[in-house]
This record gives sequence, structure tokens and C-alpha cells, in this order.
Amino acid sequence: MKKTTMFSLLVLVIRRDLVLAMRRRADVLTTLVFFVMIVSLFPLGVGPEMAMLRKMAAGVLWVAALLSSMLSLGRLFLADYVDGTLEQMMLAPQSLSMLVLGKMTAHWMVSGLPLVLMAPVLGLQFDMSAQGLGVLIMGLLLGTPILSMLGAIGAALTLGLRGGGVLLSLLVLPLCIPVLIFGAGAVEAASSGLGIASHLSLLGALFVLALVFTPWVTAKALQISME
Amino acid sequence: MAINWFKYSAPTTFYGLAGKLIPWLAVSAVILFSIGLYIGFYVAPVDAQQGEFYRIIFIHVPASILSMFLYLVLAGYAALGLIFKTRLSAMMASAIAPTGALFAFISLWTGALWGKPMWGAWWMWDARLTSELILLFLYLGFIALHASIDDPRRADRAAALLAIVGSVNVPIIYFSVKWWNTLHQGSTIKFTGTSMHVAMQQAMFTMLAACWLYAAAVVLTRVRSIILERERNTAWVAELPEVKQ
Amino acid sequence: MNLDIWMRENPLTYIWLGSYAVAFIIFVVEVAMVRHKRKITLQQVRLLRNAGVEE
Repeated sequence: MKKTTMFSLLVLVIRRDLVLAMRRRADVLTTLVFFVMIVSLFPLGVGPEMAMLRKMAAGVLWVAALLSSMLSLGRLFLADYVDGTLEQMMLAPQSLSMLVLGKMTAHWMVSGLPLVLMAPVLGLQFDMSAQGLGVLIMGLLLGTPILSMLGAIGAALTLGLRGGGVLLSLLVLPLCIPVLIFGAGAVEAASSGLGIASHLSLLGALFVLALVFTPWVTAKALQISME
Repeated sequence: MAINWFKYSAPTTFYGLAGKLIPWLAVSAVILFSIGLYIGFYVAPVDAQQGEFYRIIFIHVPASILSMFLYLVLAGYAALGLIFKTRLSAMMASAIAPTGALFAFISLWTGALWGKPMWGAWWMWDARLTSELILLFLYLGFIALHASIDDPRRADRAAALLAIVGSVNVPIIYFSVKWWNTLHQGSTIKFTGTSMHVAMQQAMFTMLAACWLYAAAVVLTRVRSIILERERNTAWVAELPEVKQ
Repeated sequence: MNLDIWMRENPLTYIWLGSYAVAFIIFVVEVAMVRHKRKITLQQVRLLRNAGVEE
């Protein structure tokens, strides 16, 4: 048997989850459409004054990204749980944290990355400046992986529970608030001429922190849910 | 003096100990509440800037402090329960949660009532109010997760993990005051300066102690019910005098 | 609204009714709930025990 290193294992899990996601493209598209729809509903709700919309843009995009990432979290472990793959993964000699990290990465590539790519287009709807858009994209690139990672903890804890979806949002959303504050704050700071470095570096610190701890915590949560 | 602390970490002995403590805690809570209210309303002078309205502080600040400390205590018990697999720790954690949530609610409510005459608005999106709200959400998440899992052992452990993850949020609450530096006045209890009158401090600390005693009494009563519920099939429960009668 | 005027004229009433009364009502309700739970749990445990004794 070929020896699997940590890295090749990671790549293997990511590739597998991406292939599975491509087989169910509708799921991916639903998240994206949901994101676009929420963002487009805001101007209809608050009125079409451009000055106000410009001020709101970053916040609206961030909240919409937060909500749409909640939408797909329920599926993160569910399919593997139902068909027994998860049990096999837990029995595997490789570290469960690494497998979990792979699943998180794949989840972000499927549900987070499209949002980041879509955001500039939606930002234009709100008449955001080019500089603001740039900061927004940077923030989202740093922030959406954190959402996937924190969400994975919630997904693992609520695995197989009735009404899991709503519960999942209740658990995960409060934890995501710092990400929202710094992400939207960065754009705010950029538009008022202040430095964005502090916001983005705090976001980066959160990212590193999440990267180190969440895979392990999620693995623990999976063990609790499966025993 | 060698006290065997582990003796009291077993539900059997803890049940009895808690039963003996609760009346004392409850009575001293009532006494201290009365003293604190007396000092707060009759001894403490009227504040130069805020008039009579500042007297909300005697319930607002203790409630806020307790809501935060109880979350830390909850997370501490949760961690103990996860690491050492002690049964009692998990039961304590789930007994603390409702009381903590109520204190968070009281803190928000009294804060809003204080804000109206001071700021002219019931609610300000300032850092501390917002973090207190997040804390309430954390409590509710803990309670909801615990309630929606049928198997008590899985519920304990899943909720414990959530509490530990959430406790990362508590330092953020504390530092948010410095990070966002907004409307809210700075920390009121200063040990170096004398920004508060002595009587005001006395009233506040008395009320804080009263709230602690109250919380302890309620949590212990709740944990006794939880112990009985979980251990209802054991011999020692059947032998309890209150069960036998 | 005249609530603003009223609260400035009667600050102590405002504080008592608004904050302290609400807080103490919450305390009383919580105590009642905790005691009720204890009563119910004791009843259940007694039922269980008596069922066990009769067998």
C-alpha cells in the first residue's frame, strides 16, 4: 500500500468532495442565487438612494455572505453521515482533523469562493468605489474561510438532529460576529480614509486562529456526535 | 487540613451538601439584597451628573458581571466534564445556563432603561451592549443545543464543546471596550481613583454579593433536580428521605 | 411622548418600576420554576421507586 502523507490525504479529501459537489451542481448554485437574491432585496427594502446604499454596501454583502454560508453548512457532513462514509473516516488511521480540514477547504471552495467572486458585481449594484471593492474582496477572501471553519463545528455538533438547520444558525452566527465586524469595518475604514491594515490583520489573526483550532474542535465534535 | 475535594465531586455527596447549603445561601442573598438596596437608595448621595438615574447601576452592573462570570464558570465546568468525564460537571454546566441567560437579559433590560434618560435612546449599538447581546445568544445556543439532543451524555458533551468555543468570545467582550471605544462610559469600578462615592461602592458590592448568593442558591437547587433525574434508577436515590416519604 | 417628561419628574418610580421590579420579578419567577421542577422531579422519582417496591 502506498504511504499517504498528510498533504496528499488533504488533497485527496478535497478532490473527492469537489467531485461530489460537481455531481450536485444545483446545491452550489442555490447558495449563490440565495446570496445574490438577499443582496438585491436590500435596496428594495430600504429605498434606492445611492448615497445610503453606498454606505450600506459592505455590511449588506457581508451579512448576505454570512447567511448564505449557513445555508450550505447543514450538508457539510450529512451525506457522509447518512451513507456511513463518516464512520469509515473516523476508523481510518489518518488524523481526523486533517480529513476535516480537507472537507472545510472543499466546502469553502464550493460555497465561499463563488460568493467572493460574485461580490464585486453586486458591489457595483451599490455603486461601491473601486478601492472599496478591493478591500471588500480582500476581507471576504480572509473571512469566508473562517465562516466555513466555524460553521463546520456547528455542523458537526448538530449532525443528525431534527431541526438541525435552524439550530446550526443559532449556534454559529454569534461566533461569526467578530468576522463580520472586522470585514465590514475594513471597507468602512477604507472609505473614510483610515488605514485598513489593522482590520485586515485582525481578520488574518482570526483566520490563523481558526485554522489551528477548528479542525481539531470539529473532529472532537464529530466524535461526540457519532459515539 | 485535608479535605477530600473529590468526595464532593460525586453526585451522591454533592446532592446532600448542596441541600444543606441552599437555605443559607438563599437567606443571606435576601439579607444582602435588602442591605444593598437600603445603602443604594438611602445612604448613597445623588450623582452630580446623572441625578437619581445612576441608581440603576446597583442592579445593572452586578447583573452584567454575573452574566459574564457565570459563562466562564459554565465553560470551566464544561471543560472539566469533557476532560475528566465527571458526571457532576456537565450537570452543573446545564444548571448554570438558564440563570446566566436571565442575568444577561436583566443586564440588557436595565441597560436600556438607563440609556433612555442618559443617551435619549433605549438602545445604542455600542460595543458593550452588543457584546452582552451576543453573550445572551451564546447562552441560548447552549440551552437550545442541550435541549435538542435526546441522549443526555451526547447532549452534555456537545453543549460543553460549544460552551468552550463560545468562551473565546468572552475576552472579546472585555476588550471590545478598548477596541471600539464608543459611547459607553469607561469601566465604572476603578480601584485606584475615587470616581465613585464610598457608599455607592458599598451598595454595588453588596448587591454583587447578593446576586452571587442568589445565583448559587438557584443553580444548586436546579442541579439537585438534574441529579435526581439522571440518577433516578440508583439505590441511593431510592434511599433518600424525601423520596421515601 | 410624555414618557420622557414623566421619567424626569419621577426618576425613582421609573427606576423602581422599570429596572428593580422587573429584575426581582424575574428572580421570583426563576425561583418558582426551580422549586416547581424540584417538586415534579421528586414526584417522578417517588413514582419510580414505588413501582420498583411493588414488583
